[in-house]
Amino acid sequence: MKYIDEYRDGRLAKEIARQIAALADPARAYYFMEFCGGHTHAISRYGLEDLLPANVRMIHGPGCPVCVLPIGRIDAAIALAMRPKITLCTYGDLMRVPGSNGSSLLKAKAAGADIRMVYSTLDALRIAEAELEREVVFFAIGFETTTPPTALALKAAIAKGLGNFSIFCNHVLTPAAIQNILESPDVRKLGTIKIDGFVGPAHVSTVIGTEPYEFFAGKFQKPVVVAGFEPLDVIQAILMLVRQVNDGRHEVENQYIRAVTALGNEKAQAEVANFFELRESFEWRGLGEVPYGALRLRPQYVAYDAEKRFSMVTPAAKDNPACECGAILRGVKKPADCKLFGTVCTSDTPIGSCMVSAEGACAAHWTYGRFRKKARQVDVGRAVA
Amino acid sequence: MNMMIKAYRRKLDVANGRVDLSHGAGGRAMGQLIEGIFYKAFDNDWLRAGNDQSAFSVPGGRMVMTTDGYVVSPLFFPGGNIGTLSVHGTINDIAMAGAVPLYLSASFIIEEGFPFADLERIAQSMGAASREAGMPIITGDTKVVERGKADGVFISTAGVGLVPDGLDLRSDAARPGDAVIISGSIGDHGVAVMSKRENLEFDTDIVSDSAALHGLVADMVAAGGAHIRLMRDPTRGGIAATLNEIASQSRVGFRIDEDKIPLKPQVAAACEFLGLDPLNVANEGKLVAVVAPESADAVLAAMRAHPLGSEAALVGHVVADDNCFVQMTTSCGGRIVDWLSGEQLPRIC
Repeated sequence: MKYIDEYRDGRLAKEIARQIAALADPARAYYFMEFCGGHTHAISRYGLEDLLPANVRMIHGPGCPVCVLPIGRIDAAIALAMRPKITLCTYGDLMRVPGSNGSSLLKAKAAGADIRMVYSTLDALRIAEAELEREVVFFAIGFETTTPPTALALKAAIAKGLGNFSIFCNHVLTPAAIQNILESPDVRKLGTIKIDGFVGPAHVSTVIGTEPYEFFAGKFQKPVVVAGFEPLDVIQAILMLVRQVNDGRHEVENQYIRAVTALGNEKAQAEVANFFELRESFEWRGLGEVPYGALRLRPQYVAYDAEKRFSMVTPAAKDNPACECGAILRGVKKPADCKLFGTVCTSDTPIGSCMVSAEGACAAHWTYGRFRKKARQVDVGRAVA
Repeated sequence: MNMMIKAYRRKLDVANGRVDLSHGAGGRAMGQLIEGIFYKAFDNDWLRAGNDQSAFSVPGGRMVMTTDGYVVSPLFFPGGNIGTLSVHGTINDIAMAGAVPLYLSASFIIEEGFPFADLERIAQSMGAASREAGMPIITGDTKVVERGKADGVFISTAGVGLVPDGLDLRSDAARPGDAVIISGSIGDHGVAVMSKRENLEFDTDIVSDSAALHGLVADMVAAGGAHIRLMRDPTRGGIAATLNEIASQSRVGFRIDEDKIPLKPQVAAACEFLGLDPLNVANEGKLVAVVAPESADAVLAAMRAHPLGSEAALVGHVVADDNCFVQMTTSCGGRIVDWLSGEQLPRIC
């Protein structure tokens, strides 16, 4: 595959890894958080951690839209889907996410709810057009990459005068979440997680650009490298981060120059701004309430806002008390630290959200990395100190 | 004067007609459907004898028997249809024992309203596939269910075959050091079917690899004999599921090399944009063989000399591993190859 195979060249990856090993100061450890689940998946799938020196460690961040969706939102969606005349359209990832009491959209579907897996917002729109007697609700989740398609679907629905189409909006924002992690007691006061820099997701930055990271790179003095999702992209980003740390720099650098610009896709941003506004606060699974970390529909589109249209309530719901998804999403714990991991929680029987999505830290570790290197579980930071 | 009045029977309107409930009711209409479509397509003396069962003589030795249900959607896809699949699939299950396929049965559950023309097309391709493999369909059954109770047509086939003397392939026979051979490129069938799925349609020149593998197997057996430990056709769940199955049944691990696994660029590209792993994607005309190291080269050469094995490749080895993991060397490092959980779904971002 042209333009893909070039970025999976193992020899080049090993060469970059050699440069990282040569540059990394043996007297210290480097902790970098890859924010996005797509990077977590790439690191596990290509076995990139095998290439890194022992004192350069990756911490898996909360950037998996399925993983950060609180149980209450799943419960609310299930309750809505069980109502007569409702057709709930959702991306496949959400089907198996556990709600309260072992429920899931997949089980609700088996129990008679009209839940349909779609591949794009336009599929949901087509269903609404074809079945005017149904109330078609699109379960919108995702970061900045999936928001513009939702905006366009809304625009099309309005243009077509579709009165039976609405959106259950759960779109969340990347920079707000990173800022939240940096401001958390774990990072600031307790120092239980050390983060020396971030790998930022390139697909998010194709929309928002690199500019939104400038503020906190400066404020928190942490370097950010926006990187693509192929193995060479990720390992090059790690090299760039090691260089910044060694130089004492904390800049926003762009590894993915083949598509990302400083300002991003302004047309897409404008479409999003037309239809969405910031929520003052929104619960993220694992992070808790994140101020200005999510979007909702603007008040003038209330007719298309499923939460308002169907008076949806988001019940307070608790995770399994033994589930460590929260700590794992904040980077405080690793999947193998959780008592449930690999015992009752496996990718066939997920308890926590990190095990459901292929991009979740637990699922990636379970699928690709489990037991590969027992030595990897040793706390390298402590070993170095 | 004795006047015989022949009962008037309207011909089956194959071009425009549809199956209705009377075609499964056991009356004349059913007889007409069976005769007009199935006898015509399968055409052999066993069926024409019209018994509720078919008798055949068996030679001495070990026999194998298998059965499989087919519910593929869509029914027609590039490179085949549910009919070819139902014949090839059962032949392959027989062939994986190293056996020579002998006889097939076919049972149809048809949804009310299903076009005769589609049914005929499916039956014709089953007839052709079974004749080509020398494995006649000698008995069958037809049921019709109300609209909405099935999805067009479901087919269930069963088959029997004869195992050559001295051959005993078992799923627990893989031993550390054995070679792992794949007969050709992976994921073709799954991608061909997905390319025609509703809401997912995309243009590709990939066609299903649906094929009967007994000829290839016969050549392998001739070359490797009892040194072939076991064979599997990696259908649903792809080679990832097959290797994990063998690993847990034989209590061993695998170490395979990603670069050596044959994969068509078009399949790789489709998997890339759908967010799928080709190792999990279904095949219908490929096999995985575990072969004792001393015969690996001979078996591989025999496979490459056969049209269905021309791209065969040795992709790795069996290793001792109490965890029964399938490990794969990637271009950058290594990883575990796991079973697929749930349905394979495109990722969202």
